[in-house]
Amino acid sequence: MSYAIQFDPVRLPEEAETLRGEVRAFLDEERAAGTFDGEGGRFNGAFSRKVGAKGWIGMTWPKAYGGQERSFLERYVVTEEMLVAKAPTGAHFTADRQSGPVLLKYATDEIKADVLPRIVRGECTFCIGMSEPDSGSDLFAAKTKATKTNEGWRINGTKLWTSNAHESDYMIGLFRTSAPTSDNRRHGLTQFLVDMKTPGITCRPVLHPNGNYEFNEVTFEDAMLPLENILGEVDGAWKQAISELAYERSGPERFLETLPVLLELIDAIGAEPDDRSAEGLGRLVAQLFTMRRMSISVAGMLTAGKEPTLESSIVKDLGTVWEQRLPDVCRDLAVLASRDPATRERFLAVLRRYTLIAPKLTIQGGSTEILRGIIARGLGLR
Amino acid sequence: MSEFDDMIADTTRRIFQDLGRPQEIILAGDESWRAPLWAALEEAGLTRAWAGEDYGGAGLNAAATFTILRVAGEYGVALPLAETILATRLLAEAGILAPDGAIAVAPMRAGDSFAIDAGGRVSGRADAVPFAAMADHIVCLAEGEAGQTVALLAAADCAIQAGASHSGDGRDGIDLDGVAALEQAPSALDTETLRRLGAAMRAMQMAGAMQGLLDMAVDYAQERVAFGRPIGKFQAVQHLLARLAEETAAALAAAGSAAYALDNLPLDGEAVFIEVATAKIRAGEAAGEVALIAHQTHGAIGFTLEHPLHRLVQRMWDWRDDFGGEAEWSLPLGRLFAGKGSRGFWPTVTAI
Repeated sequence: MSYAIQFDPVRLPEEAETLRGEVRAFLDEERAAGTFDGEGGRFNGAFSRKVGAKGWIGMTWPKAYGGQERSFLERYVVTEEMLVAKAPTGAHFTADRQSGPVLLKYATDEIKADVLPRIVRGECTFCIGMSEPDSGSDLFAAKTKATKTNEGWRINGTKLWTSNAHESDYMIGLFRTSAPTSDNRRHGLTQFLVDMKTPGITCRPVLHPNGNYEFNEVTFEDAMLPLENILGEVDGAWKQAISELAYERSGPERFLETLPVLLELIDAIGAEPDDRSAEGLGRLVAQLFTMRRMSISVAGMLTAGKEPTLESSIVKDLGTVWEQRLPDVCRDLAVLASRDPATRERFLAVLRRYTLIAPKLTIQGGSTEILRGIIARGLGLR
Repeated sequence: MSEFDDMIADTTRRIFQDLGRPQEIILAGDESWRAPLWAALEEAGLTRAWAGEDYGGAGLNAAATFTILRVAGEYGVALPLAETILATRLLAEAGILAPDGAIAVAPMRAGDSFAIDAGGRVSGRADAVPFAAMADHIVCLAEGEAGQTVALLAAADCAIQAGASHSGDGRDGIDLDGVAALEQAPSALDTETLRRLGAAMRAMQMAGAMQGLLDMAVDYAQERVAFGRPIGKFQAVQHLLARLAEETAAALAAAGSAAYALDNLPLDGEAVFIEVATAKIRAGEAAGEVALIAHQTHGAIGFTLEHPLHRLVQRMWDWRDDFGGEAEWSLPLGRLFAGKGSRGFWPTVTAI
C-alpha cells in the first residue's frame, strides 16, 4: 500500500466550544440589531469591523501583526458559525482565509506591518486574481504580464471571474514574469500584491444569471506596482500554491453553502414527517455530519503542521458535490409535505435562490475535474 | 491514529497476510484455511480484544479494537471475528468468562427478541444471525424478570437454520424453546445498545473492505495495459478511482468517529445514536458505490470466481445489511432531527 487515507477523529477543544458560545451571542445580537438578516448581501464593512474588534479576523496570526495566535480549530468554529448564520463576511473572508497567510509568508516586513493589522481590524478587503479569459482551471496558462522597470513592475492584461474585485482594496495577483520552460510549464508565474486603486486598473461587472454582481473582468493597462510588492520567488509561484490550496479547499464553506435549504426543509416537513421525508432527512444528516468530521480532521492536520493536499481535495469534492445536489434532493423530499402555504412559499423561495447558485459550487476554487486529478495523483496514478 | 493503534494494525495485518489472503483462500478451494487463521487470531488475543483483562481479554478501547476490524475488513474476513469480539465484550461486562472458539451474537435485527425465565431457560427467535451455524456458542440478550440478561448458550443446544447471504457466510435463524443457558448475568446493555455496537463495528469493517478494494483497484489500474498504456493513465479511470478513494475516506472518517464516540460518550445517549447511525448510513452508501467502481475498474477479470474481488465486495454487501441498513438508521435519525426543528438542527450537530 503506497498511500493511506487517514481522517483521524479530531474533536474541537474546550476553548473552541467556549468561543462558539461567544460567536453565537454576537451573531444573535447583530441580527437583532438589524446588521444583517441572513438573506441579504454578503458585503458589510460595518459588520466586518465589528468582527475585527472581537479579534476574530486573522485570529491564527502572530500578535505582532494584530493576530491572536489562536489555533485553526478555533478559527474553524468562527467560520462555521458565521456561515450557518449567513453572516455578511464578504468584506473580510478572503483576506482572513487566504490572502493574509500569503502575505505573512511572502511579503516584506513593511507591507506586513501596514496591511495585516488593517485586515485584522476588518478594514481591508482582498480579491484573488488568478483566472483569465484563457486560463481558468489551467492556471499556468495565465498571460497577464508583469514587466520589471526601474520604477517598478508594469502590469498589462486581463483577469476574469475575479470575485468582488470591485469591492476590494487589494488583489493578490498571479502574473507572468517569464515564459514557461520546456521542462516545466508551471515556471514563469509570480504572485504580487496589487493595490486596487493603482491607476490603470479597471473593473467591469460580469453578472450572474440572477443579476448578482460578484464577478469582474479586471483589466490592467500599464498599471505600475512598487518593486517590493512581489510575493515570494520570481517565476516560482507554482511552488507556493500548494499549501495555500489546503486552506482554501477543506473548510466548512465547502459544504455549508446551501444549508438554508435543508433548514427550510425541516420546517416544511414538520416535527412529525412522513417516512419518506424522514428517511431522506436522515441520510442528509449522516452525509453532512460525516463531511464536518472530515473537514475538522483536516483542520486538525493543519494545526499539527501537516500539508493534507489529498485529504483537503477529498473534502472539497465531496462537500461541493453534496451542497450542489442538496437543493434538488430537498426539492424532492418536500413534495409530500403538506404544511401551511406560508411555510411552503418560504421553502420554495429559499429553494429557488440556492438552486440558482448550485451550478457554480463545483467550479469555483478548483473544479470537480481538477480535484479528482489531484486525488488520482495522491493515489499514485499520475 | 496512535502508535499503539498502528502496532495493533501491524499485528493483525501480519496474521491475515500469512493465513488469510483472499487469493490464497480461493486457490485452496476448500475450508482448510479456516482453522489455522482462527487459531492465530485467538492466539494473538484478537478475538477478545474488547474484553477486560480480568476476562482473558486485551482490554482495548473501541478505537484500537476497530483497528483490528478495519484491517480484517481489508482482507474480507470470512470468520466470526467481529462477532466474537462483541460477544466476549458483552460477557466480560456481565462478569462472565468467555469460552474459547467462535461465538455468535443475537439478536441483531430490530424486533427480534428473546426471553429468559427464572430457571435460566431462553426462548424466542432471531433471524439473519451472522455465523450462528458455525459458532461454538451463542451469546444472546434476553429479557428476564430482572431485566436485560446476557445468556451464554451452547450452539449445539440451539435449533439453527442455515440462512443465505451474498458471500455465503451464514446469516442464520435461531429458534429457542427453553434452551438452558450455560451462564447468565444481568446486562448493562439492552438490545438497542447492542445494535449500536454491532452497527458501528460493521461500518468499520466496510471501511476496511473499501480500503482493500481501493488498493486492489489502484494496483490493477497501474498494471493493466490497454490502448497502449496502463488504464490508470486514462483520465476517465483516474476520476473513477478518485471517487472510490473519496467514498472510502468518508466511510473511514464516519466509522472512526463512531468508535471515538463509543469510547467517550454514554452508549445509550443521543450523541452515540447520531454517531453510529451516521457511520452505518454513510459507510453503507459508500459500500454500494465502491463495489461498482472496484468492479468497473477490474473489467471482466474481476467478475470471476478466481479473482479475489468478490470476497471483499460480497462481504461488504452483507455488512451493509447487518444490524440495520441505511434506511433503517435514516428513519429514526431523520425523525430525531425533524423533531428538533430548524433552530435545533445546528446546535445538535455541533454539540457532539
